[in-house]
Amino acid sequence: MSDIYSEIILDHYKHPHNRGHIKHDTHRAEEDNPLCGDSMKIYIKVSEKKPQIIEDISFEGEGCAISQAATSMLTDFLKGKSVSQAKKITPEQVYNLLKIEISPARSKCALLGIKTIRSALS
Amino acid sequence: MPRIDSKKIKKLFPIFSKKENKNLVYLDNAATTQRPKVVVDAIKDFYETYNSNIHRGIYDLSEKATKMYEDTRKHTAKFINAKLSEEIIFTKNTTESINLLAYTLSDNMLQKGDRIITTSLEHHANFVPWQTMAKKKGFILSIVPVTEDYSLDMEEFEKLIKEPNVKLVCISAMSNVTGTTPDLKKIIKRAHKVGALVLVDGAQSVAHEHIDVRKMDCDFFVFSSHKMFGPFGVGILYGKKQLLDKLPPFLYGGDMIKSVKETCTVFNDTPWKFEAGTPSIGDVVAFKKAMEFMEKLGIENIKNHETNLAKKTVEMLKKYKQVTIIKPKNLDKSGPVISFTIEEIHPHDIAEVFNKEGIAIRAGHHCNQPLMSRLGIPATARISFSIYNTEDDIKKVELALKKLFKIFAK
Repeated sequence: MSDIYSEIILDHYKHPHNRGHIKHDTHRAEEDNPLCGDSMKIYIKVSEKKPQIIEDISFEGEGCAISQAATSMLTDFLKGKSVSQAKKITPEQVYNLLKIEISPARSKCALLGIKTIRSALS
Repeated sequence: MPRIDSKKIKKLFPIFSKKENKNLVYLDNAATTQRPKVVVDAIKDFYETYNSNIHRGIYDLSEKATKMYEDTRKHTAKFINAKLSEEIIFTKNTTESINLLAYTLSDNMLQKGDRIITTSLEHHANFVPWQTMAKKKGFILSIVPVTEDYSLDMEEFEKLIKEPNVKLVCISAMSNVTGTTPDLKKIIKRAHKVGALVLVDGAQSVAHEHIDVRKMDCDFFVFSSHKMFGPFGVGILYGKKQLLDKLPPFLYGGDMIKSVKETCTVFNDTPWKFEAGTPSIGDVVAFKKAMEFMEKLGIENIKNHETNLAKKTVEMLKKYKQVTIIKPKNLDKSGPVISFTIEEIHPHDIAEVFNKEGIAIRAGHHCNQPLMSRLGIPATARISFSIYNTEDDIKKVELALKKLFKIFAK
């Protein structure tokens, strides 16, 4: 099997980065995964000066290894990036971060984080 | 009593002999069962030999098709021990059967301020229609909770049934999450005492238990063909004749009328007034074969076989401390559905690892989010059995569990 539970995925699942609620967030959102009812909360602090930069970002919520690892990696990736860049993240970019094959059924898990980030930034 | 030989029975289901499914362990029977060859053949046979539209054809082919369709109605009545075959309405699925009742009862028999009682055990199909109607029409929706043992809280039910203006009780015969089987006879008797009607959702129970609507004395009973070895696309609504007669049609159009003038229409009698448009005739006809298949095996035999598997599975799962079983303790009185959670491992991850081992289980909220939120969990993993499952399947589940623990212990 192409190992979906790779060491890096399990490591992010067990020791997620950027978990919790950052102080002074300027944007936040909560979204559900309709497949299982898991919910994800995202907090983002965007710089006041333009171009708008993601100064800090964090997440809360229970979920499967895939959704938690994807959001952990994604929040790492987006820190310091511009808001316009964050809005343009594609599903393929998320899959590339995960470095595993995502079945159609699990795509909702993998993309729950980016969906919530988009909704926070919109 | 002949015992179920699941290995022999498995051979009657073509899906298991396909090379694509060589190692398939199918444990998602609460979602849909597989179909035996007799049912698949009946669909083919209908289209190849009898294909025509029903009820209006003045030619042999249509008359034969009509007879086959109406024979299934008769057989369905017999299958659940309804008094009359006119008490059987064919719909698309259980959800449509419940919506038919939600719309027609709400418009005609219920008034603002009336109470509808439902329970925490309901599938969204027997919850969302009533919640929606309550909001739209000003009914009060009460929900009977479950106890710590995942049984229906009968003390709460007793409190709720005593409230004024309880007009309808909507209750599942078997939970699709926990397998809980409420004491329907008691509930129905109590509801009737206060003048309330009772709708029983039998979607989960019908493949595992003998159904006798007259003994139960429910007013309405709904279920689906596809959860009992029959084709998709066939739902059943049983209702007491005198009640169905009082209800107006749900959908309007062809086949549900006696006569149509430019200014008015006379609707057909029960049950045909509820069957607008061309039904899925071939599927209805093949559904008869599914009922015959179950009768031949013997519903008691089916139940014994499945209960035995459920007991063995619970026994096996109990060996692992990380596993929490979400099911009433008395396994003889609950359906062969086992929900469970595992500490620190999400149900999706359980299902994913199981899938890699060829085991199909379900993970999620099982279309019962209100129950999940009452239990304080987002989701469970669920194993549900049928007649073709074997003790070997349970061994495979245990191996998959061990693999799962190993992966997540990394």
